[in-house]
Amino acid sequence: MAKITLDNLAHSYYPNPKGEDDFALKELNHNWADGEAYALLGSSGCGKSTLLNIISGLLHPSQGRILFDDKDVTHASTADRNIAQVFQFPVVYDTMTVRNNLAFPLKNRGADPKYIAQRVQQIGQMIGMEAELDNRARGLTADAKQKISLGRGMVREDVNALLFDEPLTVIDPHMKWELRTQLKSLHHEFGHTMIYVTHDQTEALTFADKVVVMYDGRVVQIGTPQELFERPEHTFVGYFIGSPGMNVIPAQVSGKRANVHGSSLNLGRGYGDLTGKVEIGIRPEFVSLTQGKGLPVTVRRVEDVGRHKIVRADLFGHEINIVASEDMPISADMNRVTFDPNHMNVYVNDWLKVGEAA
Amino acid sequence: MEKTVNQKAWFLILPVLLLVAFSAVIPLMTVVNYSVQDTFGNNQFFWAGLEWFEEMLQSERMWDALGRQLMFSAVILTIQVPLGVFVALNMPKSGFWSSFCLVVMSLPLLIPWNVVGTIWQIFGRVDIGLLGYTLDALGISYNYTQDTFAAWATIIVMDVWHWTSLVALLAFAGLKSIPDAYYQAAKIDQASRWAIFRYIELPKMMGVLMIAILLRFMDSFMIYTEPFVVTGGGPGNATTLLSIDLVKMALGQFDLGPAAAFSIMYYLVILLISYVFYTVMTNLDKKGG
Repeated sequence: MAKITLDNLAHSYYPNPKGEDDFALKELNHNWADGEAYALLGSSGCGKSTLLNIISGLLHPSQGRILFDDKDVTHASTADRNIAQVFQFPVVYDTMTVRNNLAFPLKNRGADPKYIAQRVQQIGQMIGMEAELDNRARGLTADAKQKISLGRGMVREDVNALLFDEPLTVIDPHMKWELRTQLKSLHHEFGHTMIYVTHDQTEALTFADKVVVMYDGRVVQIGTPQELFERPEHTFVGYFIGSPGMNVIPAQVSGKRANVHGSSLNLGRGYGDLTGKVEIGIRPEFVSLTQGKGLPVTVRRVEDVGRHKIVRADLFGHEINIVASEDMPISADMNRVTFDPNHMNVYVNDWLKVGEAA
Repeated sequence: MEKTVNQKAWFLILPVLLLVAFSAVIPLMTVVNYSVQDTFGNNQFFWAGLEWFEEMLQSERMWDALGRQLMFSAVILTIQVPLGVFVALNMPKSGFWSSFCLVVMSLPLLIPWNVVGTIWQIFGRVDIGLLGYTLDALGISYNYTQDTFAAWATIIVMDVWHWTSLVALLAFAGLKSIPDAYYQAAKIDQASRWAIFRYIELPKMMGVLMIAILLRFMDSFMIYTEPFVVTGGGPGNATTLLSIDLVKMALGQFDLGPAAAFSIMYYLVILLISYVFYTVMTNLDKKGG
């Protein structure tokens, strides 16, 4: 296990990047703590796979350094970094038995056959495939193959980190949950440093201790699932995490008050006079549909998703989502919304502005 | 589902029926017809039963030709398959040079058989051919019209030149279909170059390789034009392969009965071997899951 440090790291797929736009991964400094489970979350093309491939050594960065336990490995090969990676599509050696698949990385490194036999047995047990050890790997289901990939990664005891590149994409929904749970318990038990790339927020939030949200080649926020939910540092995080995502409403902010199309709102905190693109963000969970007081809205439709209702409404031409409890009656004369001031965030040019307590 | 009976549907399959009848069934039946009759000219035919088949099965000439034929197919397969795979492994995987290699390698496949034969016939001539002249100048005795070994070497090298590209192209297609993740995983697992070939590339290529082997086997087993143009089956009968012998018998000696019996057996042998191949291939696929 190792601590992984990214020092001024950036990557461009162009040989001579001109501006910042040419970088698939913008400059980044970060420490991945030893033994922690991270999720790298972002939509397709945000640079998360680029970052993962740089860490695993499949890609060499255009600038910056990568350190494993303070040792510079920027130019070390994948094998020398001693990491393991599980790919989107299960990679198994079809013609080998499950046992030989698991033994393969150890055999290639010239380990003692007795140790290999014992270690493979142990890993077989860890991934719950002891009974299938002597079956051929071909013809197994996708989730079994993915377990073998995982086992192949864990078979080396000294592995520095386990990297996952959207490993559950091809897995059936009911198996996804099982594999994720298994992964999580393996992490608790053995404490590998794990980095898990995904575009699925549920996967990220349930798997990781810390979620790293990426947007347009940049890390926009690193935090616990709770932090991401309550204080998104960038409007993208607010909108990307949560279902539906955070409401973002253009406003003018002055001091403790926000002005939305002529209606005044209490923000609870002081912000001074803000210029630029000013928006307030509020999660649908903290918006209430009311009668008589608040901002005027037009309800477009109500979706009942079982646990709660999602109200899609129109606020001065902006779509706004409201989460209402399942048993709350929604009547035609409910045409106003109020916001919980404790959960309102203010954004200037998409970045969170921290207010001063009044 | 309810089945509707409409006799007019027969008209829809009529064109195919006619096409297959004229292109395959009727010619084949003609051959069957010849194989069970004898003729002394004048379009007079006599029933001969299975006599020709018996005669052919006892004919040393046919067994010799079959032996040469099997030898030829075996030799070209053992050269072309590994060589084709080797070429495919060493081709550029993408970019301009990849396309360039593909085009250059396809060229021999586009040349008509008799032209290929003529090219090599001239190429190997000691008096004016580049190959023959060079070998002669180097003091190597080479004369494909008189020396059995030289004749065999010429037609084998010619076939390798003509058809290795096919194996290489198919193998290349197989290689291209392997996702990058396999190579990346192999790197992480510290697999050697040989292990990558043995455990990733070869298993993934197996399907297309079987097709390549089947195609190359059938083609080489039926080969006629190229060796005929180069050696005419000689020296003596040294390169008289099955089809060359068959044509000699049917059109040279006009022994229609024996030739017909011969070609039916020839056909059955190809059918049998192809069937075995096909069965092995589909079994491989099933195991592939």
